[in-house]
Amino acid sequence: MSTVKVLILRTAGTNCDEETAYAWELAGAETRRVHIRELTERPALLAEYSILTIPGGFSYGDDISAGRILAVQLIHYLSDALREFVEAGKLVLGICNGFQVLIKAGLLPRARGTNGTRACMTLTQNDSARFEDRWIHLRSGGRANAFLPPDRILTMPIAHGEGKLVAADRATLDRVIAGGHAALTYCDAQGHPGGYPVNPNGSEGHIAGLIDDTGRILGLMPHPERHIHATQHPQWTRRKADLGDGRLLFETAMQSAQSL
Amino acid sequence: MADRTLPKKGLTFMSTTSTGPLWRIRIHPKRHELDAHAAAVLHDIHELGLSHVSRVVSGRLFLIQGDIAEPDINRVADELLVDPITEVGHITPVSQYTDEPPSQQHAIIEVHLKGGVMDPVAASTLSAIRDMGIDAETLEAATARIYELHDVAAQEELEFIARRLLYNDCIEEVYLSGFGRHDPLPNQLPVAPERPFELRSVAIRDLDDNALTKLSREGHLFLSTEEMRVIRDHYRDLQRDPTDLELETLAQTWSEHCVHKTLKSAVRYRGVPFPACSPITQNKVDPETVEVQYDNLLKETIAQATHELIESGRVDWCLSVFEDNAGVIVLDEQYGLAFKVETHNHPSAIEPYGGAATGIGGVIRDVMGCGLGAKPIANTDVFCVGRPDFPMDLLPKGVLHPRRILKGIVAGVRDYGNRMGIPTLNGAVQFDNRYLGNPLVFCGCLGLIPRRCIEKAPRTGDLIVVIGGRTGRDGIHGATFSSAELTDTHADEFSHAVQIGNAITEKQALDVMMRARDYPDGCLYTATTDCGAGGLSSAIGEMGAKLGATVDLDKVPLKYAGLRYDEIWISEAQERMVLSVPPGNLDIFQKICQAENIEATVLGTFRDDGRLVLRYQGQTVGEINTTFLHDGIPRTRKEAVWQPSAVSAGTQEASENPVERLLGKLAELNTASKEWIIRQYDHEVQGGSVIKPLIGPGQGPSDGAVIRPHLDKPAGVALANGLCSDQAEQDPYWMAVAGIDEAVRNIVCVGGNPDRTAILDNFCWGNCEDPQTMGGLVRSCQGCHDAALAYGTPFISGKDSLNNEFALDPADSQRLAERIRLYNNRIRIPETLLISAISVIDEVSRCITMDAKRPNADPTSFYLVTLQAERWQDVNLVEAAALHRSVAQLIHTGHVLAAHDAGHDGWLTALAEMAFAGCCGIDVALVERGPFAPLTSAYILQVTKPAESALTSLAGNGVVVYRIGVSTSNMKLTMKDDDGNSLEIGIGELDKAWRSSLAW
Repeated sequence: MSTVKVLILRTAGTNCDEETAYAWELAGAETRRVHIRELTERPALLAEYSILTIPGGFSYGDDISAGRILAVQLIHYLSDALREFVEAGKLVLGICNGFQVLIKAGLLPRARGTNGTRACMTLTQNDSARFEDRWIHLRSGGRANAFLPPDRILTMPIAHGEGKLVAADRATLDRVIAGGHAALTYCDAQGHPGGYPVNPNGSEGHIAGLIDDTGRILGLMPHPERHIHATQHPQWTRRKADLGDGRLLFETAMQSAQSL
Repeated sequence: MADRTLPKKGLTFMSTTSTGPLWRIRIHPKRHELDAHAAAVLHDIHELGLSHVSRVVSGRLFLIQGDIAEPDINRVADELLVDPITEVGHITPVSQYTDEPPSQQHAIIEVHLKGGVMDPVAASTLSAIRDMGIDAETLEAATARIYELHDVAAQEELEFIARRLLYNDCIEEVYLSGFGRHDPLPNQLPVAPERPFELRSVAIRDLDDNALTKLSREGHLFLSTEEMRVIRDHYRDLQRDPTDLELETLAQTWSEHCVHKTLKSAVRYRGVPFPACSPITQNKVDPETVEVQYDNLLKETIAQATHELIESGRVDWCLSVFEDNAGVIVLDEQYGLAFKVETHNHPSAIEPYGGAATGIGGVIRDVMGCGLGAKPIANTDVFCVGRPDFPMDLLPKGVLHPRRILKGIVAGVRDYGNRMGIPTLNGAVQFDNRYLGNPLVFCGCLGLIPRRCIEKAPRTGDLIVVIGGRTGRDGIHGATFSSAELTDTHADEFSHAVQIGNAITEKQALDVMMRARDYPDGCLYTATTDCGAGGLSSAIGEMGAKLGATVDLDKVPLKYAGLRYDEIWISEAQERMVLSVPPGNLDIFQKICQAENIEATVLGTFRDDGRLVLRYQGQTVGEINTTFLHDGIPRTRKEAVWQPSAVSAGTQEASENPVERLLGKLAELNTASKEWIIRQYDHEVQGGSVIKPLIGPGQGPSDGAVIRPHLDKPAGVALANGLCSDQAEQDPYWMAVAGIDEAVRNIVCVGGNPDRTAILDNFCWGNCEDPQTMGGLVRSCQGCHDAALAYGTPFISGKDSLNNEFALDPADSQRLAERIRLYNNRIRIPETLLISAISVIDEVSRCITMDAKRPNADPTSFYLVTLQAERWQDVNLVEAAALHRSVAQLIHTGHVLAAHDAGHDGWLTALAEMAFAGCCGIDVALVERGPFAPLTSAYILQVTKPAESALTSLAGNGVVVYRIGVSTSNMKLTMKDDDGNSLEIGIGELDKAWRSSLAW
């Protein structure tokens, strides 16, 4: 098996980079945490990696809106390098703040029938109008993709203030769902959708994560890297489990990347 | 990337006179249902009793001034500021802005930051505009908030809403429009006043006591007359007057906040004897009175316990105690744990959000500045505030409502801690109206430090380098301000002491420090400390205490022009760290700073002659002998007395139905769920949390928290706290013991090891010039010593905040006297001692939680394990210490299914919490200890059948054990009352009672 190299992009305010690197490494990857300044000075660096991860945090303090400023930087300094990276069949993963960056940079959902250069969805303030940390359930689904098999129910935490997914209009939402871009939806333990707090932020279509047309760009609000060990689960003292659900995502992506 | 100049950090003053127009970009949500912020504001307005207000629309405003073409400003709005999916924006040059008076239907409230207040969003916006390839050289920016209110009844009501909810006079300007009032909006951004350099000295040598006292008060120096005399005499010897800067430096360095002169004072105590179990030598004056002399109270009590524990060999895992910014204990062979808890009370009283945010920011910097830098891995927070149901119309002048204070401090801690990426894992809230004028905000931080990085010392010739935020006029006089008593006019007088933080800058400073600390060839600096109270004066003064230093104040990077040299020196502007960098390492250090986009500036060098030389534009503006600076402060002598006050026996509640009483207890504010706070904190970031604040399928209250500092190692750290201010009136000695006991119990309940537990003290007290108040402090310190020694839990660091009294406007004291006990027209906080504890756990897989379990649906039993002594003053400390140790050992065997602290509110309340946390029914057995009787040290343990005999054998040696319940599968709490009648209540109802009081 060849080594899979993961570039973890960080900038001022990124704060989940270390545990995200750890999750990738447990899955067998080789990681490097790279500051945006280094990457913008040498965009060709990206081509040395198979997976780009934009981890969670508060890039630039969520100033203006969550993910906006880093999205502007991706658009203005790295759009060519990113396009080549995706066209080469490589994977992009955005977690929490990383998802906010991808959607605001127009890299998600990139669904057919939506204008690819202009965002058609966004992530905005939770219905509760505040940051919330809680464990939730997710169902994987949508089109076949490089990160997750379908119809799995996974549990992991969310921790965000701006995680409500909103589409430009009803037709856009329908098109995105019909196109299989809703890779992850909030659900209860049995897999059924529901109101708050099952859907913790009021996301339209209960959407927690989006996959693009290629099946290789995934963004999600929940934190798979925070459920790697059994003892991270809030009820581990009464469960019998060895591993955390988040591993499935990193391991599946590793297999996809190895077959590149 | 284009050559990026660093953004001017948080600029709200324009640095130059800009020629271009001022653009207003107003942004608001497209649809009402997307305006969650407005919904929250409307909810708050309705809570003020103004239910006729029908609608709020919220908006954001960006003000951009300078040379920017109209197409570019449109791009900035479209591509950067406005979210096209959810928002609409309106762009208007202010020259064309015709702010027509709004219709009768709605009114407008616009809230701008005052000039000089940190505005991180504005700084980020300018930086992002540069990223878009637009020339931003001449641009300046500011942000503001705007609210449109519908169906407000009158102008007074509009002003009331604005004042109570939407702005704080101390950092913000408000512009109202409606009902004939139409405040003109500013047509340009505020310009910082220019002030020419002028060296000033203070004629002190001829002043008498009265004049010295007046100078101290009017100059906001807060020094005693005796201290002023020592300074005067020093300058008489030098045959010159001090410069204003020298006087300020002495005042900062000698402030209560910085040197803790009260706790370190020599004290003569005369009062009731200490308990017989105390090892203190007491001289009997008469049968009811003893006299005790302390040369240095802190050293002979709290620090003494630690040294005794270390010297006797009972504790061999302390690495640094009472020396550095934080105490350090052993985690494993390579790493230590640094722990510190601070208060930020006075700033939080007048600007809760900024005060609490900079409180947590400050304690994080303490940990970053411990040794050569520890990495923060967990935060804790404890708040003491007035009751949220305090009547609005009785609120004294100069006081914010407790509800607003609590919401503000929670938001401040949340935004700072979450942005830094540090999990906030443990905390508590105490409600008591005596905290009305002096809310207490305790912020704690735990850090991970390589053991090789604990020692630090600057060397002669090392460069003094400051990194992080720029210096502004914010936070001037914070150290002296926090050492004084609050009054009804403080918010006006000391608004400059309040700061708004920028967590991202601090995170960047941390990123730089970790890279420079772990540089492959060795740490790039020899010492570091943070700029906290006193700013550069304290940081450089402290680092150069032995060597001396030369500092060029004009090199300090400023947020805006116009700061005087003395303001630069004492400003407490946030997010700055000072490092001593050997000249040979400077290049590589600066490269790291550039790579992380953070400013690093050389301010001077460390000397070898013990002189602190301060220069500005080539002129010496201060020269102080560091020996006088650090050791010249006269020793304080204090008189302390203590007699028990007549304690009200407490109204004995009628023997009502225990179920009704239980519901009342669960709903009581101090017991009720703090979920609305807990969920706003990220307690999962860094991936290390093992025992979280809310536990079990029913999400009940955990006693403590556990984190795993290294994801690839099994060791963990338990965090907990103890706070028993309700015991203060009885006797502060036993309050201290009870606090330590509670912290240790909470550690034990999650699987912590009482033999590897270290503690911190945080005293918040009233005015210690009052001998009775001082007497309470003495008793409490002695209690700390005796319990720490008995339990084997060393104090490793601590902090105190005194003068927590609020002087009322006389008109208010009459109205308040009925509700709150006043002392000479002052509200005095109850004596408050927070004990914070950490404990090292070898294997996190052995940790347990408090939720009741139902393994295999077999019934299992719950036991109350408690001390025979029903009152703290009857407790034997040796027996209490043994109790904790034996419970911990039992838990370590793996046979305890659940453990919960039962020391507060009676055991039935604690048992009910276990039931709803675990979604498990319990058949309760009422025993001779009443279900709500006050207990001293007490645990409830749910154990497996095989462990029952080991558990019951804990009885004896002052410990009693009662079987108080058995698990059932019916989701109810069932019991028989004294008359044999069956009582029951559903788990859901218990849960609801606990959750509803504070479901904000």
